[in-house]
Amino acid sequence: MSVLVYAENTDGKFKKPVYEVVSYAKAIADSLNTSLAAVSIGDVDEADLAALGSYGASTVLHVTSEQLRQFVNQAYASVIAAAADKLSADVVVISNSFSGKGLAPRVAAKLNAGLADGAVELPQVDGGKLTVKKTAFSGKAFAITELTSAKKVITLNPNAFELRETGGSAQVEAFQPTVAQGDLATVIEDIVRTTDKVTLPDAEIVVSAGRGLKGPENWHIVEELAEALGAALACSKPVSDAGWRPHSEHVGQTGIAVSPNLYIAIGISGAIQHLAGVSSSKTIVVINKDPEAPFFKVADYGIVGDAFEVVPKLTAAIKARKGQ
Amino acid sequence: MKILVCISNVPDTTSKITFTNDNTAPNTAGLQYIINPYDEIALSKAIALAEGGQGTVTVINVGEAGTEATIRKALATGADEAVRVDAAPRDAWFVANQIAHYAKDKQFDLILTGRESIDYNGVQVAGFVGELLDIPSVSTAKKLEINGTTATVEREIEGGKEVLSIPLPAVVGTAEGVAEPRIPNMRGIMSARTKPLSVVEAIEVPVLSRIVRYELPEPRGAVTLVDAAEAEKLLDLLHNKARVI
Ligand SMILES: Cc1cc2nc3c(=O)[nH]c(=O)nc-3n(C[C@H](O)[C@H](O)[C@H](O)COP(=O)(O)OP(=O)(O)OC[C@H]3O[C@@H](n4cnc5c(N)ncnc54)[C@H](O)[C@@H]3O)c2cc1C
Ligand SMILES: Nc1ncnc2c1ncn2[C@@H]1O[C@H](COP(=O)(O)O)[C@@H](O)[C@H]1O
Repeated sequence: MSVLVYAENTDGKFKKPVYEVVSYAKAIADSLNTSLAAVSIGDVDEADLAALGSYGASTVLHVTSEQLRQFVNQAYASVIAAAADKLSADVVVISNSFSGKGLAPRVAAKLNAGLADGAVELPQVDGGKLTVKKTAFSGKAFAITELTSAKKVITLNPNAFELRETGGSAQVEAFQPTVAQGDLATVIEDIVRTTDKVTLPDAEIVVSAGRGLKGPENWHIVEELAEALGAALACSKPVSDAGWRPHSEHVGQTGIAVSPNLYIAIGISGAIQHLAGVSSSKTIVVINKDPEAPFFKVADYGIVGDAFEVVPKLTAAIKARKGQ
Repeated sequence: MKILVCISNVPDTTSKITFTNDNTAPNTAGLQYIINPYDEIALSKAIALAEGGQGTVTVINVGEAGTEATIRKALATGADEAVRVDAAPRDAWFVANQIAHYAKDKQFDLILTGRESIDYNGVQVAGFVGELLDIPSVSTAKKLEINGTTATVEREIEGGKEVLSIPLPAVVGTAEGVAEPRIPNMRGIMSARTKPLSVVEAIEVPVLSRIVRYELPEPRGAVTLVDAAEAEKLLDLLHNKARVI
């Protein structure tokens, strides 16, 4: 018996959500009195793999093969299921990233495992059962889901679990499972990344703006605030529908659900569909010229005022502090 | 080209969600149900691909008789025929098994789902169906083009996109960008009444998980308002009190 965590790399590097998911999996392993192993697929430096030990992995299975260089969910699911079999892992933990979302159901189906997606805290352990709290109704509620199957797959939401350094080093082992040709039918033609920017789903601070900004030409005030805070940008649905911003920035019930430490909403009214996607933010700040805007009802802090005056002032104040 | 579109019947996005029976069941009283918004995108794309005699669109829903209004709306939008698997959709694993069982011997070239259902948000059904049928799946597509027997799909990734080429048959979960949602016109509404809607029995599926209870998010305390002229004060609060910057 053991717990297995999939350590997803981005262009050969591990990012913060990986350490979150390893910390989380380690805490599950502890509560089951067992050890944690990680599986990594693709080219990652040996030192980075061993460093997964400092978040609690005792071993890392490292899969490198020409065919598996790039993420193909079918093939990666086979590899993770093979790793789970090899280690007799009962619990497999995967980050609820875009790739993780494609991967988890395929892994679960291979293992005949119940799947709880988007966990927001540690599961309750009761004999052979794990009970997981996960988001439902697009952030309007949580569903407490019991996994009754022998094997279980859990995906963890970004920013839902803190990093826990245990200070160890993992044993790295090569792992070469055979992958069926049929699993490799998908071809990756291109990967386009708007690099060096914080990405929205796992950002700690999100600066978001709505129709109150009047038009795309005014977005620079939002961008400057985000830049000063090291934040990711987001927007309301009408803003992306109008083509002022890309769809990938649209948050809410029919967009991305975010759970940053700080969500700053500028010129957004706070419609129920928007709130659904941001309600698990730890702190919400609302800037709106209408004191009756519904967003104030769910905000922690608010400024009633004109965004075109308030936002540049805020940006200047942050820059001034940073400059000190 | 034969396309299967999986549609889910969900509470309208404006719904306030509450629970009954000791928080073990959603309170459906007074809720309006709609086609899951992402499934509307899938359906619109399927209709566009099939237009001009290029193919057929079948919609499938796993649900009890009450979902038929939603299914008829899909027919009115332009699907050719519909299937309802007569069972309460217990969870995504149950739903996916019904869909895979139905699709198994029908030679669909493309199976479309929405990216996620806005009630259970699992992003599970597409991957499960792909695995059960042993064909490729893409879970969060923002663009989809078909060229003969291959699909070119743009998939969302953190901070960017990935372009994939996948052989058909395949399962694709669609998000915004794949198609403009279509709405039924008068002719569609009239013709929907006579389009075939068959009801099939559900197969047995082992239970792997169950929802034991629901919770609502903790309500937030009252908002602390800061004067528009005092940006500094807001930063102090965020730094010293909320400790988020
Ligand atoms: C099926 C469906 C799904 C939806 N899903 C989503 C979703 O996922 N996400 C989402 O965001 N929406 C969603 N919506 C849309 C949602 O209902 C609202 O229409 C939308 O959130 C409103 O966007 P907004 O707040 O930017 O614009 P508005 O509602 O127009 O609000 C603009 C706000 O800006 C304020 N303002 C104006 N000028 C200034 C100024 N100078 N300074 C400061 N404040 C100013 C106004 O007081 C107002 O409160 C959905 C709708 C439907 C029907
Ligand atoms: N009861 C259902 N019947 C048919 N299709 C469904 C059903 N539930 C979910 N789906 C499909 O699966 C997609 C993803 O759902 P989920 O895995 O619950 O997020 C939805 O967008 C639908 O296309």
